[in-house]
Amino acid sequence: MYPASFRYARPRNLDEALRLLQENPEAKLLAGGHSLIPAMKLRLATPALLVDIGRLAELKGIREEGEAYFVGALTTHADIARSSLPLLPLVARVIGDPMVRNLGTIGGSLAHADPAADYPAAILALEAELLARGPQGERRIPARDFFQGMFQTALGPTEILLGLQVPRLPGYRFAYEKFPHPASGYAVVGVAAAVLKEGEALKDVRLAATGAAYAPFRLEGVEAALRQGMGPKEATQGYTPPVPLAEDRFASAEYRLHLLRVLARRALERALGG
Amino acid sequence: MAYIGQAVKRKEDYRFLTGRGTYTDDLVLPGMVHAAFVRSPYAHARIRAVRTEAALKAPGVLAVLTGEDLAKEGVRPMPVGWLLPTLKIPPRPVVAKDEVHHVGEVVAVVVAETRAQAEDAALLVEVDYEPLPAVADMRKALAPGAPELHPGAPGNVAFTWEIGDEKAVEEAFAKAHRVVRLELKNQRLIANAIEPRASLADYHPGTGEYTLYTTSQNPHVHRLMHAAFILGIPEHKLRVVAPDVGGGFGSKIYPYPEEAALLVAARRLGRPVKWAARRSESFQMDAQGRDHETEAEMALDPEGRVLGLRVRTLANMGAYLSLFAPAVPTYLYGTLLSGQYRIPAIHCRVTGVFTNTTPVDAYRGAGRPEACYLIERLMDVAAAELGMDPAELRRRNFIPKDAFPYPTPVALVYDSGDYERALDRALELVDYPALRQKQEALRKEGRYIGIGLACYIEACGIAPSKVVGQLGAQAGLWESALVRVAPTGKVEVYTGTHSHGQGHETAFSQVVADLLGLPLEDVEIVHGDTARIPFGMGTYGSRSAPVGASAIVRAVEKVLDKARRIAAHLLEVAPEDLEYQEGRFQVKGVPGKAKSFQEIALQAYLAHNLPEGMEPGLEATAFFDPQNFVFPFGTHVAVVEVFPETGEVKLLRYVAVDDCGHQINPLLVKGQVEGGVVQGIGQALFEEAVYDENGQLLTSSYMEYAMPKAPYLPAIEHDATVTPSPVNPLGVKGVGEAGTIAATPAVANAVMDALKPFGIRHLDLPLTPEKIWRALRDKAPVAAD
Repeated sequence: MYPASFRYARPRNLDEALRLLQENPEAKLLAGGHSLIPAMKLRLATPALLVDIGRLAELKGIREEGEAYFVGALTTHADIARSSLPLLPLVARVIGDPMVRNLGTIGGSLAHADPAADYPAAILALEAELLARGPQGERRIPARDFFQGMFQTALGPTEILLGLQVPRLPGYRFAYEKFPHPASGYAVVGVAAAVLKEGEALKDVRLAATGAAYAPFRLEGVEAALRQGMGPKEATQGYTPPVPLAEDRFASAEYRLHLLRVLARRALERALGG
Repeated sequence: MAYIGQAVKRKEDYRFLTGRGTYTDDLVLPGMVHAAFVRSPYAHARIRAVRTEAALKAPGVLAVLTGEDLAKEGVRPMPVGWLLPTLKIPPRPVVAKDEVHHVGEVVAVVVAETRAQAEDAALLVEVDYEPLPAVADMRKALAPGAPELHPGAPGNVAFTWEIGDEKAVEEAFAKAHRVVRLELKNQRLIANAIEPRASLADYHPGTGEYTLYTTSQNPHVHRLMHAAFILGIPEHKLRVVAPDVGGGFGSKIYPYPEEAALLVAARRLGRPVKWAARRSESFQMDAQGRDHETEAEMALDPEGRVLGLRVRTLANMGAYLSLFAPAVPTYLYGTLLSGQYRIPAIHCRVTGVFTNTTPVDAYRGAGRPEACYLIERLMDVAAAELGMDPAELRRRNFIPKDAFPYPTPVALVYDSGDYERALDRALELVDYPALRQKQEALRKEGRYIGIGLACYIEACGIAPSKVVGQLGAQAGLWESALVRVAPTGKVEVYTGTHSHGQGHETAFSQVVADLLGLPLEDVEIVHGDTARIPFGMGTYGSRSAPVGASAIVRAVEKVLDKARRIAAHLLEVAPEDLEYQEGRFQVKGVPGKAKSFQEIALQAYLAHNLPEGMEPGLEATAFFDPQNFVFPFGTHVAVVEVFPETGEVKLLRYVAVDDCGHQINPLLVKGQVEGGVVQGIGQALFEEAVYDENGQLLTSSYMEYAMPKAPYLPAIEHDATVTPSPVNPLGVKGVGEAGTIAATPAVANAVMDALKPFGIRHLDLPLTPEKIWRALRDKAPVAAD
């Protein structure tokens, strides 16, 4: 289907983009277009104005900033897959297909907040911070506060996601286990793990899921069990998540719970092992 | 210079691989405008009113046509091309006027200067619906008190049909050592051609001639249906052009309501009108496939020989009868239930059911995959119940190679076959005994691989016309060819078949070049335009090689016969003193005394020195009506691993041994087999069209409807045996559907074989992870056998 009529603006810089957003309450930001354009073609989204920030160089690329990396919102999945960022390359590699990875951006994906997208699990496990700019200036949003539900984030209507700060997490080991939907390729369940061991001692463990529920969440029960010395199998097999799980024609909530436990165990085994 | 049998690369590849194909949606005509369709969001509703005022006022809008408008134009309902004695044919309007019966049914057509304007305005057409109770499930549709779709089809029964000898089957069951029962579903599928349907209708007010460019597998069938049956105009006033077409799989055989609506719109506006389906329209509107529910029983003797087969099938026709829909679950299904086996008694009864869903028609294999899946699942279940190896049980029941031509108890006479040879070759390729040992060893480690066989039979090149007419076809199933030689000896071949991915331009060129001793480049194959090609039946049912190429052979023979008489005249010898070799008529035993094909062609057109009374020119038309179907066959073996923890299935190996008689081009055969196998795997593991109880299609996009994708597929290993068909001059059999027919049961049998230690007997398709996980959840493996 064709989208409804809309106006199109391509601002030359971030300030201009912010001004366009403020002046046009029915504007939508366009980055890679991989979520917004399909929604527009189905007329699920009918923005009056598209503000195309896709070419703003200031939002692109990965920089080292002291103890952290800064990942610009317009960095593509393909660039992230090739980077030396912690955890995120493992995730970016299993997003969509090469065409999606070459055009889709991390900022667009995070701001869209599809409950079955791949990044959110990793962003929670990394405890990354998201950087946004709005009329009141810049603010940092911790990952745990960012995702607020299906397609809902902490971003205000006139804020632009600039990127995210990702801690280096030296010594950590990572894994991302994904059970893709055979049609859409989205995560039926995806579990990201970040663990730090010193010798045999577990110093830190972070485990987060996407796809399983209507928003990503940390598997704190599993993390606690591991800290108490349980192995991955014991820690995951009776795990009950803190939120109701999603259900669709491909996977019932019951099956999703099972997959969540299995993938959590596998992610831990992979991150902890060898 | 033998081309037949060579893996010649496709002539078509250059234009397709460099993006220079010409598809319907690529066409632009002067003054062209665009259509968008208003479609029913309800599976069943009464139309109280269609208000078009707002749409007509929208920018760029030229016309809005409703069912009322088309009725005034005298447009008739969509035709049905296959009749059965009990068949009820509810009228299927081009544009619904009083009632809609499935989601997506056309309620109005909006024409505007641009596509965007047409789509915007389509949203402004206000349709006042009174929703009616809908029924999507066949059993619910047949239940007393179910909502009825059509007053002419009480109880939603489209037809009841039977084949075989019911009494003989009863007797066979009475003396059976064992009876194996199986209930199974053959789920509904969506064809998903890579090119969605598209049409461009043009009308010349000066001559009253229409041209319809459309995505068709059979342009003459489209012309006949639209001209004579729907619009009521002489056929010579409608030209149908099917340019490059990106796949059909059956879904582009049929005339569709959109095409007729565009023709009417083009006449009313005097401007060319184009429409290209959105993918979501393809999901809702293209004829869908399969959708059977079957109860079957097989009677066996103590040695595992099949004594009888009883089959009861419900076939979902959808909301209306698509063009060939009545044939698919009857004569293309019940007649194939003997499989590769000598089964003395078979009886099959089929009930066609109307539901508030998209109409169902032929989809790659069309009835034959449903038959093969049933018989091959039964064979595996029977083998398990008898404690026999599934290969051995099949072997015991094969029709022996010296029994051909073999009449089955379900109306067909198989032309030729050597089933054991194909089975042996397939088992050899997978090293079957070693594979079974490996399976046993892995089971002890808690790993579950499964080996699935499918020994398939396919019936293609459905023929002869006299017989198909007796079975209810409102068409002959012969094929035509016109071979026209230019004065320089270059050859144009006009075929009634249509290539939409098959590579006919290459394969047919190979045949003609061989017969005439010419280089491949000297032969051009022309298809897809009723203004150029002779009346012909098109491409479906794997008929193009056995029927289409045979017609070409016959036409070439006529050309050669005339050329020989000209050569004999010029060389002053008797025609029988000439031999034709490498493009030259050579006087036998007199080297140097010869005339080339090009010289003869020139003489034919110069006509300065032709035999007395001979007409000038060098061309010939032939119509080939085969004396029988051809019956390709083979054995496919799938090897899978099932992971009990998640229920996932991984295909480890896929071996296909196909016998399609002589192969014109092994590369094209391989391509057909691979594509077919992948589609068959799709049905086994991924694909399913699901409607909710209100008739809404839940799997209406690629976000929901899972196609078989490359990462889930193994390399497909392909080999062949060659058992020529005696019923056509090339000894060929079709291969377009074989892979699809074989792969679904091969993979299903492999998965069920892997699950055998858990005591799971049967699961319906598609074998998705949760389905397998649920079946396994409460079961521990039991000791094998």
